[in-house]
Amino acid sequence: MCRLFAITSKTPVSPMVAMEAMDIMREGHDGSGVGLFLRDLSGPFDEMKEAPILSGIFTEAGIKRLDRYMMDLGFMTKYKISIKVPKVPLPGTPRRDLYLIRAYEYPEGWETLSFQELGQRLLNIRLQLRAMGEKEEDMIVFSFWPDVIMIKEIGDPMQVARHLNLDRKELHARVIMAQGRQNTNYAINLYACHPFFIEGYATMTNGENTAFVPIREYLLSRGVRGYTGYQSDSEVFTHILHYTLRQLGLGIEAYKHIITPLQDNSLEAHPNGAFLKQLKQTCRQLTIDGPNCVIGCLPDHSLFMVQDRKKLRPGVVGGKPGCWAFSSEICGLDAAIPDRDKSKDFQPMHLDTTLVGPDRQEVKICSQTAPLPLPR
Amino acid sequence: MLPNRPITPSTLSVKDLLWQIAWSKDKCTLCGRCTSVCPVSAIELGVFRKRTLNTDLASAVPPSNVYQVYHGIRQKTDPAYACVGCAMCNLVCPNDAIIPMRTDEADKLRFHINRGGSPRNRGGRRNVPGGLLDQIKFIRISMLTDPALDAGRHEFELRTLLGRVLPPEENIKHFKEHGWIPPVREIYPLVIGSMSFGALSPNMWEGLQLGVAYLNEELGLPVRMCTGEGGCPPRLLRSRFLKYTILQIASGYFGWDEIIHALPEMKEDPCAIEIKYGQGAKPGDGGLLMWHKVNKLIAAIRGVPTGVSLPSPPTHQTQYSIEESVAKMIQSMSMAWGFRVPVYPKISGTSTAMAVLNNLTRNPYAAGLAIDGEDGGTGAAYNVSMDHMGHPIATNIRDAYLNLAKLGKQNEIPLFAGGGVGKNGNLAANAAALIMLGASGVQIGKYVMQAAAGCLGSESDRCNICNIGQCPKGITSQDPRLYRRLDVDMVAERVVDMFLSFDTELKKIVAPLGRSTALPIGMADALGISDYHAAERLSIKYVV
Repeated sequence: MCRLFAITSKTPVSPMVAMEAMDIMREGHDGSGVGLFLRDLSGPFDEMKEAPILSGIFTEAGIKRLDRYMMDLGFMTKYKISIKVPKVPLPGTPRRDLYLIRAYEYPEGWETLSFQELGQRLLNIRLQLRAMGEKEEDMIVFSFWPDVIMIKEIGDPMQVARHLNLDRKELHARVIMAQGRQNTNYAINLYACHPFFIEGYATMTNGENTAFVPIREYLLSRGVRGYTGYQSDSEVFTHILHYTLRQLGLGIEAYKHIITPLQDNSLEAHPNGAFLKQLKQTCRQLTIDGPNCVIGCLPDHSLFMVQDRKKLRPGVVGGKPGCWAFSSEICGLDAAIPDRDKSKDFQPMHLDTTLVGPDRQEVKICSQTAPLPLPR
Repeated sequence: MLPNRPITPSTLSVKDLLWQIAWSKDKCTLCGRCTSVCPVSAIELGVFRKRTLNTDLASAVPPSNVYQVYHGIRQKTDPAYACVGCAMCNLVCPNDAIIPMRTDEADKLRFHINRGGSPRNRGGRRNVPGGLLDQIKFIRISMLTDPALDAGRHEFELRTLLGRVLPPEENIKHFKEHGWIPPVREIYPLVIGSMSFGALSPNMWEGLQLGVAYLNEELGLPVRMCTGEGGCPPRLLRSRFLKYTILQIASGYFGWDEIIHALPEMKEDPCAIEIKYGQGAKPGDGGLLMWHKVNKLIAAIRGVPTGVSLPSPPTHQTQYSIEESVAKMIQSMSMAWGFRVPVYPKISGTSTAMAVLNNLTRNPYAAGLAIDGEDGGTGAAYNVSMDHMGHPIATNIRDAYLNLAKLGKQNEIPLFAGGGVGKNGNLAANAAALIMLGASGVQIGKYVMQAAAGCLGSESDRCNICNIGQCPKGITSQDPRLYRRLDVDMVAERVVDMFLSFDTELKKIVAPLGRSTALPIGMADALGISDYHAAERLSIKYVV
């Protein structure tokens, strides 16, 4: 089982908060890898919210190719964090040349582009870099987006975090998502490590999506750029989220209706039953199956958690105004926010979407049986 | 026959026949039930003369002989009366004195069932036992990463959609703007395929309808049944049960006068309209109801005179191009019900199925495609069509699904697979395999006759006389003396038993695969087969 931990805090926190929470939860889990997603960054990045940040792992040759490529496009490096890899390698972790986190200045004229167009271009560059890297095996690219950093590596999360010295001021962020396992169902590959990211949307999952193959086929056939990869069955959750919000223009409340639609009786009793029935039929190929707890982050910095139809995976949300955490287990939550009102901890059930908005004031719980804000 | 008597080319011995009657003189009571029940008069009372020799070695009595007569059963060897192996004689025999046995070699009868130059006609399926569907295994068993579900206790949703499903973007747009959204029915994925009123006896048909109604209204299982080409009893057309019925229109348009006239009086819309362009048992050939079965009732419903054979043309008269006439026909049928009823074509399994499918993808009114594979059954067809024509269903369905997936339309046009599903009794396994290959649902006919009414037919060429109205179980007969053997309520009960057990078996297949919230359409990663070439062809795993 994967360990999941996410935190959203008014005051920026170190990634080590998430690492420690995951370490507390390590009993009963393997420590085969770590995936880290940082957003609403502080420190130097706080001053450059608009600048796209490229995160990935590069070889010496890869970095040279990257520089050439980015320069040709007209991107200028604005700021970078150099994670120096210690000389003594970590057992079980491949030797890397460079973990790159680099903020860029847009090429001339790009500032006037619409947000949509800008997003598409950033996505295209990420896909292009990924393709280049896969060919020469010299680059692995996780994200290229403003105010977002991603780090992924194979190995025990705590050891990797210490090895890379992630407890540094530049990496403090207000939204952190962390996952503690390499994909074990398919080939070991850093692209199979959660969280997954596309155009501002990120998710990570604890569980296995047994409907993966038909969903993958469906997403691949949508003709949406970026719906590729799928080294992990969990990547489809991110893309379904993107599809629901971006392509279909629905709200986060509709996500649950797409991945785990209501059954007949509940649909008939639902105030938006007619619409939801259509949605269920038209998005039938996106219905997930199997045990899954999904934690995700939206472009507006909201964090959310949903469960599968049978609620077969653990998941808890708790905290206090200004700081909330989503965790696979309560012990993780205890480690991160010990001074919260534990009686208010909430474990989302099979109908719930739990959401902490960008104001970080409260946990909103939306049941699938509640009225749905319809698309306008 | 005396050895010196002349013989004809078609003079056969019992040994030359496919089915040979084994009869025990010791057990026979001479009650005559077997000869009277035989649907093809293959046996008759035999008077046998037998010589007994008395040679007493111990005494001085000279040897003598005596001629005695005994009575028993004689099997006819005239090809017109050849035993069909139905074993009704065995069923009615009080002493188990009689039973048909299958010959140990290829029979010689087959060379002679064409008297008068008329090739063999029969009912049933392709006479080839076995099949690929049974070889497919479900290999992706949920183990520790996603523990298997409980087929008995967890919640399952095993429904499918019949109807054109718009892509999500369009659907939402049409919903917002109150535009037309094509009708979609949420139905059970196992559909009773098209067996016409006429092909089936009134009792069989009523039993099926009763069973279907019970499944829907009492058990909440949305099972649907297709009428086949032969119309629909007027009372059903005007009842609320019509919503459980798929009306079929085929090239003979039999029964459609009645249906069209009933339109203003319909309380409910039918579930769907199936336009039959072909069927798996006799691809490229029209429907056939032989004169034996066209009695007054059938003639009235179909709007024809009694006692004439009713061969439907192989194609619809108006059809000269798929682009124009199929689209037009789908549109006309949609229009008849105010675009509230899904209309879909059914074709024979064929290598040209993709062309049909691609055309349907461009027709916004096409509600699906049913493909009937080579193992489909029928009430009457030429033997040659049944045994040699057609395309296996597995590759046809797989190709069609992958083709739709390539176009991104795998959710828009549901595919229904038929033809030999459950041929060897493995209904749920065959259905699940087809669904995971890409079918949205499956259609069954022969299996229902076997499971719900005790049909005796088999792919070893047993019985298979559905065409001549002599069905010994009364399933496909129009003779009241025969169909009264079939109890309507008991057929209904068996239909219910069959669907309930299928439902449990389907759950027993999908639960270990970790599937329960939706029918695993296209979940080909769960499938494996030990035939390398079949695995390659179907894009599933090769496992040994």
